Amino acid sequence: MIVKLPDAEQLVSALAAQIKPRFDSSTALIGIHTGGAWIAQKLQQQLGLNTPLGLLDISFYRDDFARIGLHPQVKPSDIPFDVEGRRIILVDDVLYTGRTVRAAMNELFDYGRPASIELAVLIDRGGRELPVFARYTGTTIELAENQNIELKKDKEGRLSLHLNQV
Amino acid sequence: MHSNPQLDKKGELQHLLTIEGLPATLLTQILDTAQSFIGVTKREVKKLPLLRGKAIFNLFFEPSTRTRTTFEIAAKRLSADVINLNVGTSSQSKGETLLDTIDNLQAMHADMFIVRHAQSGAAHLIAQHVAPKVHVINAGDGRHAHPTQALLDMFTIRHYKRDFNNLRVAIVGDILHSRVARSQIHALTTLGVPEVRVIAPKTLLPAGVETLGVHVYHDMQRGLKDVDVVMMLRLQSERMQGPLLPSAQEFFKYYGLTAEKLAAAKRDAIVMHPGPMNRGVEIDSSVADGPRSVILPQVTFGIAVRMAVMSMLAGH
Repeated sequence: MIVKLPDAEQLVSALAAQIKPRFDSSTALIGIHTGGAWIAQKLQQQLGLNTPLGLLDISFYRDDFARIGLHPQVKPSDIPFDVEGRRIILVDDVLYTGRTVRAAMNELFDYGRPASIELAVLIDRGGRELPVFARYTGTTIELAENQNIELKKDKEGRLSLHLNQV
Repeated sequence: MHSNPQLDKKGELQHLLTIEGLPATLLTQILDTAQSFIGVTKREVKKLPLLRGKAIFNLFFEPSTRTRTTFEIAAKRLSADVINLNVGTSSQSKGETLLDTIDNLQAMHADMFIVRHAQSGAAHLIAQHVAPKVHVINAGDGRHAHPTQALLDMFTIRHYKRDFNNLRVAIVGDILHSRVARSQIHALTTLGVPEVRVIAPKTLLPAGVETLGVHVYHDMQRGLKDVDVVMMLRLQSERMQGPLLPSAQEFFKYYGLTAEKLAAAKRDAIVMHPGPMNRGVEIDSSVADGPRSVILPQVTFGIAVRMAVMSMLAGH
């Protein structure tokens, strides 16, 4: 299946445009490492939010720990604000089965009880295995099971999308 | 064929019995994993779900406060269930063999054993005996090894000194009876510390200790000169048979760490001790409570390091 990949930077701007009318002074962005964190950093800049950016590494909350074990390079999770009672927008690069988002929500609830959580993703590729829904989507792409999309960042900080055959 | 019982065919850790035979990459991986657990203590919910539902049995046949407690805390931070076997009231006193005890506990679906025993090799024996998915951590066997202590000591050194490759480290005290010292020496040399010194009277050094790759000193002033890390050991009186020392006071005079003796080391040298301390025997209170002492941070780091070991074994 031949897929023409969109421009990642344009998708980020499209996401920002979708979020802009809907955020208030207490809204906080939380990016999921690694791709979601890069996107969230750019959204934070483009939207000019008051609340500092949060970052989550979901390695300790994955549901496949018994199968694949612990990833040796866990990045630190850092939520520099009070989660309690706050509107949160979770940011990730690709939404597929929904398991990453499930893990992120479980981890988030160990920090406190948010008022609400919405999901923003650059790419929705379908194939959900859990009832997870993205409120803000850059674009939808259909991929075969043996394909995946990877977000990369170059030395100048520009994001780009790449197709891999697994 | 001779293989390391701690590692499986892929070279992954399935038991932690001794530092000996573990490659530097694996030791570094344990330290890196421990680093990622440090942040958990600063959260509202100081728990991770990694070992949820796993049953971890603490089998301590020798007394311990800090090791047993930190293992228990580490296991609970990973959401595991911890069962402490109280040796005094256990069936050991009714004559049950060690392996029968293990078999009985395995029948209760134990996932992991943390074992401290007076006999060297006890943890190895248990590791060879347990079922495939059960993991064993050696919390100290006789005079042989105490790998998690050495790992938390390495973590502490890395935290304060960053790079192992240009350090002088001195281990001081009762090396002969110390399983901690043996594990520390293996860890330091594996991680590439260029100069490891042992400072002790001849009666407290094992024969042939130089073959471990250490420089031997009997004079504390000379041994501590320009070192970056001073690792003190406790005088293991309960293990001594016969008069290896004139008295504790004599020991303190020549080998006890005082501010004066510490002055020989580098100005930013750190002072470590695995605990428990005998104040006035191997270390002076002014040093133990002084600015160069990192003895209490060692205890805190011990939790993260033990969380790392347990997670790596369980995720195997």
